[in-house]
Amino acid sequence: MTDTAPTPQTGVAQDVAGGPRVPVSTFASNLREYGLVLALIAIMVFFQFTTGTLFKPVNLSNLVQQNSFIIVMALGMLLVIVSGHIDLSVGSVAGFIGALAAMMMVIWPLGGFLGNPLVVSIICLLIGGAIGAAQGYWIAYHRIPSFIVTLAGMLVFRGLCQGLLGGGSSVGPLPDSFKALSSGFLPEVLGTWTLIPPTVNAAGKTIFGSGVTLNLTTVVIGIIAVLAFAISGVSARRTREKHGYEAEPFALFVVKTVVIAALALFFVYQFAVYRGFPIVLVVMGILVGIFVFITRHTTIGRRVYAMGGNIKAAQLSGIKTERLTLFVFINMGVLSALGGLIIAARLGQAVPAAGLGSELDVIAAVFIGGASAMGGVGQVMSTVVGGFIMGVMNNGMSIMGVNVDWQQVVKGLVLLGAVIFDVYNKNKG
Amino acid sequence: MSSYILEMHDITKTFPGVKALSNVNLKVEEGEIHAICGENGAGKSTLMKVLSGVYPSGDYEGKIVYRGEECHFKGIHDSEEKGIVIIHQELALVPMLSIAENIFLGNEHARWGVINWHANEARTRQLLAKVGLGEDPKTLITNIGTGKQQLVEIAKALSKDVELLILDEPTASLSEKDSQALLDLLLEFKRQGITSIIISHKLNEINRVADHVTVIRDGRTIETLDRSQISEDRIITSMVGRSLEDRYPPRDPQIGEPIFEVKNWSVYHPLHAERQVIKNIDITVRKGEVVGIAGLMGAGRTEFAMSLFGRSYGRKISGEVFLHGKAIDVSTVGKAVERGLAYVTEDRKVFGLNLIDTIKNNITIANLKGVSNVGVIDDLKELDVANDYRRKTNIRSPSVFQKTGNLSGGNQQKVVLSKWLFSSPEVLILDEPTRGIDVGAKYEIYTIIARLAAEGRAIIVISSEMPELLGISDRIYVMNEGRIVGEMAASDASQEKIMRAIVRGEGKAAS
Repeated sequence: MTDTAPTPQTGVAQDVAGGPRVPVSTFASNLREYGLVLALIAIMVFFQFTTGTLFKPVNLSNLVQQNSFIIVMALGMLLVIVSGHIDLSVGSVAGFIGALAAMMMVIWPLGGFLGNPLVVSIICLLIGGAIGAAQGYWIAYHRIPSFIVTLAGMLVFRGLCQGLLGGGSSVGPLPDSFKALSSGFLPEVLGTWTLIPPTVNAAGKTIFGSGVTLNLTTVVIGIIAVLAFAISGVSARRTREKHGYEAEPFALFVVKTVVIAALALFFVYQFAVYRGFPIVLVVMGILVGIFVFITRHTTIGRRVYAMGGNIKAAQLSGIKTERLTLFVFINMGVLSALGGLIIAARLGQAVPAAGLGSELDVIAAVFIGGASAMGGVGQVMSTVVGGFIMGVMNNGMSIMGVNVDWQQVVKGLVLLGAVIFDVYNKNKG
Repeated sequence: MSSYILEMHDITKTFPGVKALSNVNLKVEEGEIHAICGENGAGKSTLMKVLSGVYPSGDYEGKIVYRGEECHFKGIHDSEEKGIVIIHQELALVPMLSIAENIFLGNEHARWGVINWHANEARTRQLLAKVGLGEDPKTLITNIGTGKQQLVEIAKALSKDVELLILDEPTASLSEKDSQALLDLLLEFKRQGITSIIISHKLNEINRVADHVTVIRDGRTIETLDRSQISEDRIITSMVGRSLEDRYPPRDPQIGEPIFEVKNWSVYHPLHAERQVIKNIDITVRKGEVVGIAGLMGAGRTEFAMSLFGRSYGRKISGEVFLHGKAIDVSTVGKAVERGLAYVTEDRKVFGLNLIDTIKNNITIANLKGVSNVGVIDDLKELDVANDYRRKTNIRSPSVFQKTGNLSGGNQQKVVLSKWLFSSPEVLILDEPTRGIDVGAKYEIYTIIARLAAEGRAIIVISSEMPELLGISDRIYVMNEGRIVGEMAASDASQEKIMRAIVRGEGKAAS
């Protein structure tokens, strides 16, 4: 611009002088996540007080084993909802895949290699992907609303699940090596460490459950994970500062890191004194890590958000929205299949009603986690916390002996309350 | 008693952290047309929302006096009861309902909830006659153009026995002809005693119809001018706080060899397969050249640009595109971007931005490859890029983490421009780049365009504002009914010449 050129001030309304410059918006957006975590902790503490058993190591393992399939499927559902769609078929697909896996391992004489639980699982995941592709194809390339396509899928796969199992019967028992997916624990390779020796009774026998013995593998993995979390946080801060960007206030960072580390170590300890990490927790943990990475750090994740936020703008920015939608549904199919395998492994058999209604729990977890029904908004970690809120309530109310009918009512109200809270905050802000 | 129908005293409205209005005063005389001018973000729309009760009484400080009586509107319903009706910039019509249904939506002639369609339609006919719209009341809104939709909105206001009609940028998306008709209608209302407040950027329109002009800048009333004081220069001066000597930045065009050529380009309508929308267009753009495309609404300019850009419009597309003399494939947006094309869309909110995402993420979305490595985004590099463009294009925001939905129109447009600049195009197509943005931001956009041309890019600007095209282009193509009907150097072009080319073209198309 030349000196005579006018440079009128426009749009200065947002530029409030003197305010903090960089971290405001990031902090504000994280505020909701903190609130959600606090809500989860509050609910857990509440049930700890009313039941006295929630934080018992054995119950924590149960909690994880009961709810992991919801969270696994919610990871896929998050991408579906962020991209502006919905998938009602996940419960039926999970049931169908569980039935298929059971048939392959128990009934059909596949033998040897093809009957191997690992091979069966891989085949089932691929079939799940194919189911996702089949539904996603109509949604992405023929613009049939996802609600309708997946409603059809919900009916079709529930029917196929029941048909495959031959009407109302269940198929089992499944091999132990397959059941380990849900009910197994990480093998102890480092041995145990007795913190407090078990009490020995008069007869010279140890009293079961007394004393404290730690599973070293679990402790070591837990500590390594926590250290890695802290170190990566510090190094991310350093690089930001080196590039001249303000990071969040140091005190806040320290408090956050210490609190998260302490919580994590507390749970690690709880698992270590029982039987170590459940395998399904490890599977879930790895998947959560992968999806955090995909949504926050990859181009494909960014494109899903862009597509959900404004599909026309995304198309005109060169994003192949059809292909991306197809990918989102294939991903959902694979995770539904994994959910189905986890359910079957936990029950030890395939039943016609496996996964029935779980699509609603999955969708609820995503919305409690703050995703927008309009698409474009939603976070992986919030979804996981949302899933655990549902899970802890299921678990806690069951222990309290609350009637299943009332459990549904409470869960419904929590879902509604969480979304109302979001909308209220958005309107206020 | 004063002759003022409306007095707004010392209106102050704060949003969290922002004072949108501070002590604004507005006095509107009975039966006049009162214009409100100001840059985007100056607070005009906020003021009107205060007046109509969108921001309820108590949410703001100050006093509203209507017909000598202090009012505390709790919602739009309250203000409408008094005869104050606001027509927003974004029309509030239901596309799949008929004209009659829309006009009486929520206000039907009905008994016990059963609608009397005869009464509704008869009354609709009367209202449509008043606004001069010869459409069947049963026609669906989606089947009539924006200009006619605007008239339906006005008819709807009339149905509520309006005394004070507020129009927020009524002509922003209307063609010249429709705008004139609308302004004539306002003058007719004035004769019938209806008072109007019109918010507008178009100074020539204000000049034509307004009795008084109140200028608002940065949330403050600057001055109110009466008929004798109204002039474009005066209004601009008080809008921007100093005089605008030159509305277009000076340029020294360095035009080189042809970079971009389109030959024999034809496109058919996406729904009506037999209708040819673009008819055998040939254009050439040279290095460092700004080429304008002039034409009336519906001439096919946007359709032409969008069909070029990855076949985003139409079907049965034929023709060839050359870059540096070599034929290139632009059959998908991805390919077009890769070959060096960029298209800044006409409607930035619908086609240009993800309004719920940050400035940063909007800037990099068309070129994520530029900030990533095998699919993994380099956060810091992305942040550097975003901040760099924020500075280069002068986006005014606290940080690049601001959601684009919270920015003013001018700043939103700069985000869209940044997005396409980061894809480093050789050919940049800008479709109505300054629509709905204020004088100051326009100048900044022109400066960016001039800089891009100086860097040796080929630039195509589509605009309905002829002075703008004349001000920034080196050469102008005139389009009408899907054809190029004229080509002229900007130095010997004029509004009359362009219009003449259009009219001649029309004759040709008819013969």
